[in-house]
Amino acid sequence: MMFKKLVYLGVFLLSLTSHILHAELIIDITEGLQSKHKIAIVPFALHSASASKETEIMSQIINSDLNSSGDFAVLAKEAMLSSPTKVEQVKYRHWAVTGQDYLVIGSILQEGKTYKVKVALLDVVKKQQINELRLSVNANSMRKAAHHLSDAIYKSIMGIEGIFSSRIAYITTKTINKKQYSLFISDYDGHNAVAITKSKEPIMSPAWSPNGQHIAYVSFENKVSEIFVQTLATGDRRSVARHKGINGSPAWSPDGKKLAITLSKSGNSDIYILTLATASLKQLTRSWAIDTEASWAPNGKDILFTSNRGQGAQLYIMPSHGKSAAERLTFNGDYNAGGSFSKDGKRIVMIQAEKGNYRVAVLDRESQKITILSNGRSDESPSFSPNGQVIIYARRKEGKEILALVSVDGLKKRDIKHTSGSVREPVWAPKR
Amino acid sequence: MTNYKKNVALLMMVLFLSACSDELLKGKPDTEDESGVQNIGYNDNGELEVETIAIDGSENSYVTELMQSESFSDPSSPLSKRVIYFEYDSSTVKQEFIAVIEAHAVYLTNNPNQTINLEGHSDERGTREYNIALSEQRAKSVYKMLLVLGVMSHQVNIISYGEEKPEVLGQTDDAFALNRRVEVVYK
Repeated sequence: MMFKKLVYLGVFLLSLTSHILHAELIIDITEGLQSKHKIAIVPFALHSASASKETEIMSQIINSDLNSSGDFAVLAKEAMLSSPTKVEQVKYRHWAVTGQDYLVIGSILQEGKTYKVKVALLDVVKKQQINELRLSVNANSMRKAAHHLSDAIYKSIMGIEGIFSSRIAYITTKTINKKQYSLFISDYDGHNAVAITKSKEPIMSPAWSPNGQHIAYVSFENKVSEIFVQTLATGDRRSVARHKGINGSPAWSPDGKKLAITLSKSGNSDIYILTLATASLKQLTRSWAIDTEASWAPNGKDILFTSNRGQGAQLYIMPSHGKSAAERLTFNGDYNAGGSFSKDGKRIVMIQAEKGNYRVAVLDRESQKITILSNGRSDESPSFSPNGQVIIYARRKEGKEILALVSVDGLKKRDIKHTSGSVREPVWAPKR
Repeated sequence: MTNYKKNVALLMMVLFLSACSDELLKGKPDTEDESGVQNIGYNDNGELEVETIAIDGSENSYVTELMQSESFSDPSSPLSKRVIYFEYDSSTVKQEFIAVIEAHAVYLTNNPNQTINLEGHSDERGTREYNIALSEQRAKSVYKMLLVLGVMSHQVNIISYGEEKPEVLGQTDDAFALNRRVEVVYK
């Protein structure tokens, strides 16, 4: 039986028109699963007074999103036997014969400055429509709208949220005459990249606020380490920590009101809690050793951090109220550092070193099992996607620093190619 | 390996109009070109003004001269050695560098107005913030020795760069060893 589910996505999108570097990053699949869902995305029909490329752009972006996820094999346009744009036109045998599991068709109707997009997802095997997606967008929002459609298609088939409309932040260095450090934010696929700050001195440790509206980071622009909080919508930024010594490793509390930071003003690196509204500072750790890289548990009650108080760098956890002692969390490997939680708090991603190889590892908190996900020599800065299924991290490829993605089971690996310079410290933005 | 600092003085104040006020996302205004010595903007009258920034070389040339003096440039003088290297994940000063630190301590105690930066660095392996903390510990190891040897604390400023400013590029053990360092920078 055919059933129809209407999904209205109210997408009111602002456009990013200037200072945008297009296609800074390109996703390149390096390893993947054999069993992928086969899907065909037919170029959408455009009913418009003016000739336009919008139809091409939209179906191409959905194609590229699903393809890059590693969960789908997308049929080439040349291999399609027909080009339906309405459900009534679909001949299922045309898609079954090439072994497709799913089919996406659609049309775009221009009404003044608005484009009304109607997309249908069909199950080729069951010969039925799964759902229909509708949205209204302006011409500048086609890319964003396409990512939302990809998310909806992904969720219908995979049963979990997609990552296609998510954003990332990362640091780049380029050397022209002098070295330039930049903090970029972009779509997950590298489009709409905007440098939100630049400096000739190092910039590091970007951290998204839980609502995705602010980024905290460390900058050496004044020849000292200093923590700034920048508001993305206005560009306003303020210095929130500039104490003697280290000011580093900002981590937002889940309510967005506090930052856990690393300061060395009392002699060595310790973790402090900074309440942003009042600028009050509370010292959380007091050890002779290095304590740094704080990360809040999603419940706000615990703080994970790196310390070398035992033998070498290991992960520890302690209550954020600071009233009881820290417990050691990692015992395998020579070095475990830079830990952070998945959104559900069940997993911790970190860098684990063994025999001189620094790799991305995931700790399942319940089973205590650690899985090594990457295979580089100096992998760094892992960060969970909002849906918890993918980890973005920095690695070296032929001596160059690049970003890469790995699925949480370690089976799917993808590199993100950057056009120039070194790219590092990726952090996935929280879901908006 | 010494960092020569540019002492720049602003000669003219210029008001800048934000060229990107309607952007959704605004960055820090890009007010410097690559060389960092000239800014262009519009004044209150809407006229284009060029801001000229003079390079004041006085402090720079003092350090340059000092570094070119025999005691700092003669390879047989311990003062010519201004980088102290460390083992992996260690902030312990190795025996071979003690004479170097002693020589700088003697110079600094004899020249109480002289100040230095101790700039701590690490190799690229491991996490970036841990490396910031580790390289600060390295700089502090040197700092503590200098104080024991009579240097005044106000003569020494510590800055920790972690793996952000490697001396040598490359992923070999030799490159890593050259990057695990504290630089003594005279100011």
